[in-house]
Formats: sequence, structure tokens, C-alpha cells
Amino acid sequence: MIYLDHNATTPVDRRVFEAMVPFFQERWGNPSSPYRFGNQARAAVELARKRIADGFGCKPTELVFCSSGTESDNLALRGVARALRSKGNHIVTSAIEHHAVLHTCKALEGEGFQVTYVPVTSDGVVDVESLAGSLRNDTVLVSVMHANNETGVVQPVEELAALAHRRGVLFHTDAVQSAGKLPRRLADLGADLVTFSAHKLYGPKGAAALYVREGTPLASVTTGGAQEHGIRAGTENVAGIVGFAEAVALAFEKVESEGGRLRALRDRLERGVTSAVRGVRINGATALRVPNTSSLSFEDIDGESIVLGLDVQGICVSTGSACSTGEPEPSHVLRAMGLSPRDAQGTIRVSLGHETREEHIDTTVRALKETVARLRKISSVRGAAE
Amino acid sequence: MNEKPVIYLDNNATTRVAPEVRDAILPFFTDLYGNPSSIHSFGGQVKRHVDQARQELAALLGAQPDEVVFTAGGSESDNQAIRGVLEALGGKKRHLVTSRVEHPAVRSLGQHLSKIGYRVTEIGVDHDGALDMEELSAAIGDDTALVSIMWANNETGVLFPIEEIGALCRRRGVLFHTDAVQAVGKVPIDLSRLPVDLLSLSGHKLHAPKGIGALFIRRGTPVSPLIIGGHQERGRRAGTENVPGIVGLGVAARLARQNLAQEVRELSALRDRLEQGLLRGCRGARVNGKNRLPNTLNISFEYIEGESILLHLDEIGVAASSGSACTSGSLEPSHVLRAMGVPFTAAHGSIRFSLSRYNTRQEIDFVIEHMPRIVDKLRELSPFVPENNRQRQWQGSVGNPACAPGCGRCSSDH
Repeated sequence: MIYLDHNATTPVDRRVFEAMVPFFQERWGNPSSPYRFGNQARAAVELARKRIADGFGCKPTELVFCSSGTESDNLALRGVARALRSKGNHIVTSAIEHHAVLHTCKALEGEGFQVTYVPVTSDGVVDVESLAGSLRNDTVLVSVMHANNETGVVQPVEELAALAHRRGVLFHTDAVQSAGKLPRRLADLGADLVTFSAHKLYGPKGAAALYVREGTPLASVTTGGAQEHGIRAGTENVAGIVGFAEAVALAFEKVESEGGRLRALRDRLERGVTSAVRGVRINGATALRVPNTSSLSFEDIDGESIVLGLDVQGICVSTGSACSTGEPEPSHVLRAMGLSPRDAQGTIRVSLGHETREEHIDTTVRALKETVARLRKISSVRGAAE
Repeated sequence: MNEKPVIYLDNNATTRVAPEVRDAILPFFTDLYGNPSSIHSFGGQVKRHVDQARQELAALLGAQPDEVVFTAGGSESDNQAIRGVLEALGGKKRHLVTSRVEHPAVRSLGQHLSKIGYRVTEIGVDHDGALDMEELSAAIGDDTALVSIMWANNETGVLFPIEEIGALCRRRGVLFHTDAVQAVGKVPIDLSRLPVDLLSLSGHKLHAPKGIGALFIRRGTPVSPLIIGGHQERGRRAGTENVPGIVGLGVAARLARQNLAQEVRELSALRDRLEQGLLRGCRGARVNGKNRLPNTLNISFEYIEGESILLHLDEIGVAASSGSACTSGSLEPSHVLRAMGVPFTAAHGSIRFSLSRYNTRQEIDFVIEHMPRIVDKLRELSPFVPENNRQRQWQGSVGNPACAPGCGRCSSDH
């Protein structure tokens, strides 16, 4: 199998796996238990918190562990909205956010919040002018993702955060797709809240975090025990948190070298596809992108058919976000970039990772050439018959 | 550091992952790591394992697979159930009925709700920990949205009459949620015939990993999602599925279902052995609660402090607790024991022993052997023992959960 869907999820790295395994059967205490066996589990959680904080460049006390990037996004948006309800009820976000943010914003609209969805340019970058113009006196939060999950386009969050801060507005960014892929530290982003997820960076599913800058008002969303400073109750997923820390450490060890390697492979893929296939466009090509992601639109055919065609040949890619599988609508991200519904439907996402090698890319280019030609033939026969 | 293997008698706090569970989940980290939502066959393969785990868990509960929503744990399930129902009812009904002995996940949620305009009634229990059914019946009114009463208490193991409570709720047209975190895998549960609308459970209390739980939502029950985003869990809980956790919970559910009868027999025999051994060997000991889970023993040793007993037990490699791990660090006496009217002198000296299938008779006998010495030693030092210090004798009467005047340990309200 050639797995090129790393933006959906990644395999757990061997080193991460080894770090986690002892916590199932040997060191399985509850971190809140007061005896030594519990203290050992507590120590493991706190060491992990420190390692992740060191990796991202924040204080350990600024991290709240939770179960997924989606939960982290929900906590950031709802937590700030509830904490600052008396201050204002306007939220600004972008048209290309992950559904974890967009659907939460829709829910907040149902609770009486007003939400502005800022447009993006044709290369998928949030329009800074529009965002600046959308800020109001009653705006309490701006949430713009760091790297888009479908196109890999990196958003100017440093600039947007500064813009928000000048107006006294808090800034959240979903950094699920950029963490470990860009050599960027939290301080560089300037955000007040940042969402991270372990399973996108070779850690386990079920572990994630929200960075909450010291002093940021945030209401709890799940109440119960005193875990995670009372912000997020529930027994800690010790093995998952330990694995998350190992994954973060690993990511920062090789972020520079791996970034260069992936970028070269991604360029090879894009060169290969554009020279082998006509009628293809690379979405966000002119923008700054995370090095592993390529979004390719093919004229006259359906992206899902391409994905299934490649699947038969043992190659895993996707049409877009795994989180929107089954939705009949074409990608909201591509539509926001101005693609027609038809072009948006003809799109696949190829996302590379640690195990990706040159020969995987070359095999994929050949398979794509053959699959696209076959699908176009079918669609032209159909078109002629209609 | 004590290198001896720990004698773990705190299985209501968390449990060891079963070897069968561990073996089943490991491939899902490094080999079958696909995202169940992906449309390629690699994702589809993983999704089938998630579906299978859902069937296993449904079978343990007597539920339909589509009535099972995976969550990150018991606290999330409780929050999802209660907040989800209140939100789905659109704030039209603003009364929640619960008990005075709930887990903090429910209890502190109740406290939060009472601050934002909901009315919350906490039903009391008697000396044995049994729920006051008359009070419950009287509390339910036209404005009541939901009754949330736990199946089994985490501190005492006391079981509540779920069928009776559910029937009452049905008659009165009120939804019923039960936190069954401590009951699942320890008592038979058949939701196909029980009038329960929502049920919370947690993986790590039944030998699955931490970080996974589930909420049973009976078909047709109005519940708004707590976590919003993708379409996972049929739109009821967004976020990439914790596949290894789910697979582990499925295997743990299968093990629990296959071994339940035998396990109940063995656990109650071991627990009874411990209980009788301690009552025989230690002076001034009393058992808290009647009609309990097979694995739980909550026992008070008068005039001494539970925390001190725990430290001495820890010294000899025994892990037990003085109450819920979720409230550890708090010096308050247990809200559960206070609700039962356990006198202060005993409530502070309470220990919870909770057993699992991995405990042995040797371990139990070890505790029975060492406990009398620990209790005697602490009694000698206790300022509350009447013969030790008549000046500081505590004058409280049995049945009054008040503290000694100026005890200084508890922060408030007694």
C-alpha cells in the first residue's frame, strides 16, 4: 500500500508506540490517585506536558489536554464565547475553516452570536483587508486556521493575530495541519489559543491539546473532576498523552530536514502530474503551503472516482477532508477559492508523510495518468451518449 | 521506589488494561492506522473494526449498535447526556433531578447548571446509602427535563433501583439518564427491557484503555451534540474516532459479557473475605452501604484518618483509596458518606477497597494480615480517641455528619 493521506491521519511512529505501551499493563494508575502508583502516572502526564510545552514553546500550565482537534476547537470557541458573553457576541472566522470550527460557529449563531465568515483569495489565503474590516467593538474572538487541511495553504496568522490584538480581540488558530510540519513556535504565531492534535503528527488518535495563553478567559465545557485546571474534566488518557509528547519531540527533531524532503517529493509529484496529464490545476500553488500537501483538480471527472481508481491499485489519497466524507456538497474550501462546483468535484488531495519515498511518487504519477485517462474516456463516452 | 508489584485494590479509580485488550489494540497504532472516515479501502477496513466494537458493546448492554455513541470517557458521557438533553429541549424545561451521592461529573455539572438558571434537586439517601424513592417521586414536576441517577455509587458500591427509577420517570414523562460507569461489567445490564433513556460508561473502569467511553442514547431520545464538527458517530460526536480505544472497549465488553456470572461470583467471594477479615481483625470498623457491587468495600475505622491508613498501605505496596480519585486532593470528607449520615469520626477514617478479576486470595489475605497493625498504630496517635485525650474528645453523636468543632480540616458547610 502507498499511503498518501497523512492529512487525514498518520501511522503512530515506532518510538511513540514504544513510549505508550508500558502504560496499558504496567503503569496504568489513575494520575489523580494519591498513592505512589498513581503518582507515577501523574508524573508521566506532567513530564509529557512539559515536553510538549518545550516543543511548542509555551508554559506547561498553558496546555489543556483533550481528546481530539475537534474537541479542542469546540473548547476554544465555546469557552471564549461563554466567558466573554457579557463583552460582546460577534465572532470572526474564515470561509475555509475545518468543520470543527465552522459548524461550532453555526451552533453559536443559534445561541445568538453573530459570525462573520471572511473570504479568501483565489490562491486560498484569507483576505487580510476583509478581516480587518470585519472587526467590531463587540467582536470577542477571531479564529483562523494556520494551514488549511485540504490545500495546505498557510494563513498569515501572525498578521491576523496582531490585527485582532490591536482591537483588543482574542485570536484562536487551529494548527492541527501545521504542527510539526513548519518550524514555527507558538510565540511566533502570537495567538491566544491554539489547537493541536496528536494523530496528525505520528501520535495516537484520542489525544490533543488546546494551548491557552496565561490569563485568557475560558469557560469550561465539560465539568466534573479537577483535571486540566478544571477546564476539562475526566481521567487523563495517560498513554495517549505520553505518546503525544513523544510525537511532538520527534516532529521538532526533524522538522527542518523532513520539510525539505517532503517539499522536494511534493514538487516531483506536481511536476509529474502536470506534465503527464492535461487539464489539471494545482490549488493554492502560488501561496505558501505546508510542504506535504497537494490539492489537484482534474477537468471533467469526479474526484471520488479518482480516489477509488487509485485505491484499487493500492494507493490511498482523498477527495478532501475525511471529516466531510459523505457530504454531497463540493468542498467549501475550494468553492471559497472560486472553483466552480464541477472543478471542485474533480479534486483530490495527496498528502505525503514520513514513509513516502520517491518511488511511491513515481508510481502514483503513473497510476494517476492511467486512471484519469480511463475516467475521461468513460465520461466522454457518457457525454456523447447524452 | 517500591519495586514490588503493587497490590492494586483501587479498581473503581481505574483498571489495568486486559492482556486480551492490549493485544487487540496494538496493531491499530502502527498497521491499521487509517481514518475510519476515509473513503479508500484502508479507511473502510478500520471502520469495520469500529463497527464490530460497537456491536460488542451494544451486546453487553442489550442495546442496538446505533444507540451507542463513543466518547472520550465517563465525564464526557455524563456532560453529553445532561447538557445534550437540556439543550435539545430548548431550555423549555429547566429542572434537573439528581442525587446527593453522584460522581463529580454529574454533581458539579448540577452546580454549574444551578448558576445559569436551572433548578437542580438532589435526592438524599439513607444510612445504608439507599435512595429515597418518595423524595424522588415528589421532586419530579412539570418542569423536570431529566432525572440523572447513578447505577452504582463509586465510593460505596451501593446499587440504585434503576428499573424502579426508570419506571417512575416513564410514568411521569421524564427522561432518565444513569451514570453506569461503575456498574458496566460488574452487574448484568439489559437495556432492551429497562426503562433507561441514556447510560454513561467508561472504558478504563472495565479493563479498556483510558481515553475512551460511551453513551447509550435510546432511539428517539432528543440529545444535542456536545462536540460539533465532522459527521462521525452519526453526527452525535464529532472528531476522528479513537480507533484503538474503541477496539479495546469492544474487546473489554466481550470479555465482560462472557465472564460476567463467574466474575461476579469470584469478586463477591473475595470482597466478602476481605470484609469479614477486616471486621474480625480491626476494632471499631464498620461497613458503609448495603446492596452493593460485588467488588466494592467501603469500610470506616473510627477515630483515625483514611489518608493516614492509605499512606501506611502504600508503604507496604497496597493501593486503595479514601473515595473518588476525581476528588483527591480535597480534604473534604466524602460527600457520599456525609449524605449517608456517617459520623465524622468514621467518615474521615474511610477506605475504599475495589477489586478486579486480577486480584488474588493471597493479596486479600496480605491486607487482612497487615491492616490491624496499621489501625492500632494510628489509633494510638489519634487525638479523637476518647481514652487518648479526654480534653479533645469529640462530642458529636452518631448519625450527625458534623465535624468536631474547629477541626480545621474541612473548609465549609458543616
